[in-house]
Amino acid sequence: MTLKTRIIPCLDVAGGRVVKGVNFVDLIDAGDPVQAAIAYDAAGADELTFLDITASHEGRDTIFDVVARTAEHCFMPVTVGGGVRTVEDIRKLLLAGADKVAINSAAVNDPDFIARAADKFGNQCIVVSVDAKQRLDAKVGGDNRSEWEIYTHGGRRPTGIDAVEFAAKMVERGAGELLVTSMDRDGTKSGFDLKLTRMIADEVEVPVIASGGVGKLQDLVDGVTEGHASAVLAASIFHFGTFTIPEAKRYMMDHGIAMRMDAAAA
Amino acid sequence: MSTVAIIDYGAGNLRSAANAFERVAASLVNSPEIIVTADPEVVRRADRIMLPGVGAFADCKAGLDAVAGMTEVLEERVIRGTTPFLGVCVGMQLLAREGREKVITEGLGWIPGAVEKIKPTDPNLKIPHMGWNTISVTKPHALLENIPDGPNGLHAYFVHSYHFLTEDPDHLLATTDYGGTVTACVGRDNIFGTQFHPEKSQALGLKLIENFLGWTP
Repeated sequence: MTLKTRIIPCLDVAGGRVVKGVNFVDLIDAGDPVQAAIAYDAAGADELTFLDITASHEGRDTIFDVVARTAEHCFMPVTVGGGVRTVEDIRKLLLAGADKVAINSAAVNDPDFIARAADKFGNQCIVVSVDAKQRLDAKVGGDNRSEWEIYTHGGRRPTGIDAVEFAAKMVERGAGELLVTSMDRDGTKSGFDLKLTRMIADEVEVPVIASGGVGKLQDLVDGVTEGHASAVLAASIFHFGTFTIPEAKRYMMDHGIAMRMDAAAA
Repeated sequence: MSTVAIIDYGAGNLRSAANAFERVAASLVNSPEIIVTADPEVVRRADRIMLPGVGAFADCKAGLDAVAGMTEVLEERVIRGTTPFLGVCVGMQLLAREGREKVITEGLGWIPGAVEKIKPTDPNLKIPHMGWNTISVTKPHALLENIPDGPNGLHAYFVHSYHFLTEDPDHLLATTDYGGTVTACVGRDNIFGTQFHPEKSQALGLKLIENFLGWTP
């Protein structure tokens, strides 16, 4: 018996519909999130993540309905991120049926928000989204900082905050898990930023989810074996049917990674 | 119609628990009514009782204590009575005599033992123990019937940093492995508790809930 590596399809949602942003900008409508969630549940996805990507600028009440309808049909963990700014936002999402919330901008703006949220709801449901991009001056070096800095607002706003330091600080404050997304790789299909993922995964005690850039099944394997991630998140390779969840799981298992094959075997 | 009370004390993923119970209930011939409630009188009249719980042990205990009369009704129905009881995650840990998460907190004391931090032998293993793991039944139980266990069995969804160490090995019903043995299920008489989340454990979870709804201890 051993804990299995999780595959997490991510549904980017705007206005109650699934979209996939290429580098978080060009949007292509890809369907009804609840139907997609049900299909992923049946296919044996280990968790599901909804990212409400327009949340920072628009009303987001549609997400509560999406979560509530999903939770009626899917008996697996559901994480919701995007626009989570207050304890009340978290409470509403959990009441709708979410199990965890992913917090990005609010964690950067007010790190103590993570401490308050973890105290109120428990570390297990507080995921901090570490949206990181390689610094343009990274090659210069010599300033004791890692190569990556934190971005907010769906990858549009640089903060100058060191990504690895930020990750460690968030875990100290009470984050139970980190969703590490390479903003350089997101939408490129060129694989995870393995160096970034590994640097953070080796630094913190909590599980790290690798995200951003999956284009082929070997990328998922690399995220675990080289990136040291506990879970891998992908969107378009699953949404557009390039690979199915069982195919991905079988490939990872064939490459020596312990996977949960319950649904695939059924 | 029989009723199942899911206790609302401000510390649980109530909607998820209710959804899973409702799904299973709908598939049964005599569907019980699933009631999410903070009212001790509703709990007193219920035919089955489920106690959820996520978060820290001390917070959950304080939350339960804050519902006037709830602990008294639970003890009347479950300890002095025979109402089938299912505790999940921290709702299971609360059955212990004490929790040792950050501070020492007195639990319900229904099952002798304490809740301690899990300590994987492999330092590379992450805390919390989060995700899917198989279970190993150590003592056959009605709630674990028809659930394939062992390395090729079904998986349960865990998310926790602490687990229940029972004093009496007879109260330990199932374990999992995470750099050492980790408690998965405890129980005695009409009391059953799972560290994992049946409401999030797909096939295994729905089967366990079905077993609970048909359980005559």
